[in-house]
Amino acid sequence: MIYESSGLAVVIFFLFVGFTLGLSFWLGRRAKSSEGYFAAHGQIPWFVNGIAFAGDYLSAASFLGICGMIAFFGYDGFLYSIGYLAGWIVALFVVAEPMKRLGKFTFADALDAKFNSRGIKLAAGISTLVVSVFYLIPQMVGAGILVTPLLGFDQWVGVVIVGAVVILIVVTAGMVSTTWVQFLKGALLVVFSALLTSMILDRGLEVSGGGADGHVFASIAVTEADLADDNGIVGTRQNTDVLPAADGWESLKTRIVRLQDRDTEEISVWRVLEEDGGLVLTEAQTKTTTADGKTLVNGLEKGTKKGEPELHPIGHITELPDGQTETGPLTATGFLQTLQKSKVVLWRNETITHTDGSSTTVYYQKPTPGSEVLRPGEHPTFRGIRSEKFSDKVNFLSLMLALFCGTASLPHILIRYYTVKDASSARKSTIVGIASIGFFYVLTLYLGLGAMTSGELDVSNGNMSAPLLARGMNTWLFAAISAIAFTTVLGTVSGLILAAAGAVTHDLLGSVLKVEMDDNQKVRTAKISSVVVGGLAIVLGILFQKMNPSFLVGWAFSVAASANLPSLVMILFWKRVTKEGIVAAITVGMISSLGWILLSEDTFSKVYGLPASSAIVPFSQPGILTIPLGFLTLIIVSLMTSGEAKETAASS
Amino acid sequence: MSSNSRIGLVLFSMYLLFYVGFVAVNAFSPESMEQSVMSGLNLALVYGFGLIIGAVVMSGVYGLISRDSAEPGDVKEA
Repeated sequence: MIYESSGLAVVIFFLFVGFTLGLSFWLGRRAKSSEGYFAAHGQIPWFVNGIAFAGDYLSAASFLGICGMIAFFGYDGFLYSIGYLAGWIVALFVVAEPMKRLGKFTFADALDAKFNSRGIKLAAGISTLVVSVFYLIPQMVGAGILVTPLLGFDQWVGVVIVGAVVILIVVTAGMVSTTWVQFLKGALLVVFSALLTSMILDRGLEVSGGGADGHVFASIAVTEADLADDNGIVGTRQNTDVLPAADGWESLKTRIVRLQDRDTEEISVWRVLEEDGGLVLTEAQTKTTTADGKTLVNGLEKGTKKGEPELHPIGHITELPDGQTETGPLTATGFLQTLQKSKVVLWRNETITHTDGSSTTVYYQKPTPGSEVLRPGEHPTFRGIRSEKFSDKVNFLSLMLALFCGTASLPHILIRYYTVKDASSARKSTIVGIASIGFFYVLTLYLGLGAMTSGELDVSNGNMSAPLLARGMNTWLFAAISAIAFTTVLGTVSGLILAAAGAVTHDLLGSVLKVEMDDNQKVRTAKISSVVVGGLAIVLGILFQKMNPSFLVGWAFSVAASANLPSLVMILFWKRVTKEGIVAAITVGMISSLGWILLSEDTFSKVYGLPASSAIVPFSQPGILTIPLGFLTLIIVSLMTSGEAKETAASS
Repeated sequence: MSSNSRIGLVLFSMYLLFYVGFVAVNAFSPESMEQSVMSGLNLALVYGFGLIIGAVVMSGVYGLISRDSAEPGDVKEA
């Protein structure tokens, strides 16, 4: 798809980002001490902090990734919404108030409140760094994805811009300005998503033959004989040959045929579908990358301006219930009821390589009944629930467990408990956070399904679904949504960098290495660490730019939950926890979950480029084993060392 | 254990059961998720919305019944 940057969109985008930043600097201008830098003096009002939770938590992966997944696969993206929100229940009911009472700047403080141990600070500091950096990568990748279509830059430029702006935010005023950026962005994200949802419902659903560019996807009724003989007749098409499947085309798992017109020699690609006993060819699309780096779409060189060759936008309904052609405005339930009885064309793809070194991705239609769109199990990650294999089901359970346990273990979420004045405010702001995040996640289903039926989608890039949906409504909305998504990245990245800088300054340097620092030096060290972590994030964001953001977020959740949750929970509810137990639990949880991920099928195929079957561990998501392992380690090591602790106490 | 933690744990256990039920039905009986249960919507939608709305409602309930100053060690800066 060609992304033309429109002048208006760019102006609105920069106004938006500029306003958000300006306001946050102005509001954050007073933070000078380390108390102010790390914890905004504990003076953030609980309501603002609650919305800032939403701004912190609703990352680019939530917004772009979930909408894109729903737009292409239906209900499955919503499973992430459900799991992410459920995690807040752990945060509120179990972790929020004790975290606030025990800690000061970082969650290592809270773990270490009883022991004053360098080992705990070291382990917790390192786990904070690891989780934050893992979580930073998808955010930076998301930033690049966003900037490309809006401003027409390369992806790496987007990554560098985000990195630079975030470093500026974090260095200027730390937690105060970060909080206000997150507050603004959280509020805007929810409000604009609600606006977009009401526009989707108002527009209703409508039958069409193709996407928003007016191209109607063709179909030809054929017989097996048409495809087998060489008489030049394929269904209603005369003078047309079926090309033999060779040079990579034979390796496709889906049944695809290529037709060539005898006069023009033009080649077209079709998916063969069985329908009512007969065969139907449905128009497919192709994108070829040649060995010398050129991109061809549907056989022609890709254009750079509107009107030149590009992939056709997708997302159409072929059938509404009771033979309607359009529904008009719908209610929130009416929208889902209607869609459930309609027929939607989804698109899937397969990539093949040719002998000359070029590769072709074939995008083909998958007409899907609405009842299947609105059930779990379409996306590869969740297909396992329909599998007979037990390990596929375990993988699903493991992911849902990691989502549930991960939220309350994310360092950048936990530090937000130190920006309010007391446990009661911590509780109230979590409740505000849950309400706004929950409302947003309900909207994600409508945004995703609205995008699915909008005719605006880029068949080659699911992550762009939400901004493209907005562009279909009007340009200023597109600019606003893109700007919000961009500030979304800024907000989350600033929070992560602060969490990492806090861990370095406060936990690792201050407590482990016992570097004596006065307040000014602490702030300066934190700023230097922020710049370093920010620089690291830029580099990683460029290195990992081909990876799917939501996949990487899954890693961060698993590692956070395995490393941090056992200690966080047990220290609150079990009196016999020892410092050795905590250190062991964090270390074992972090190493086992990281190791499992590095040895898993997903990483083998998506990162190393090795065949998935050569992976060493039986399923990809570690949580179901490594979270209990963390608990077990903590209990066993604590029991083993509790005796010693008493003896030392008695003898000293 | 303070009264807030006790209330928190009770609510947490209730929600945990609700969530585990959802995950278990998805994993072991995915076809039941397609059954239409309420005003033409299938179980996947109703249960999914239920989990989100349930979380918001339960956090609201917790906010109403939990107390502020009963916590020992909760030092308030005046």
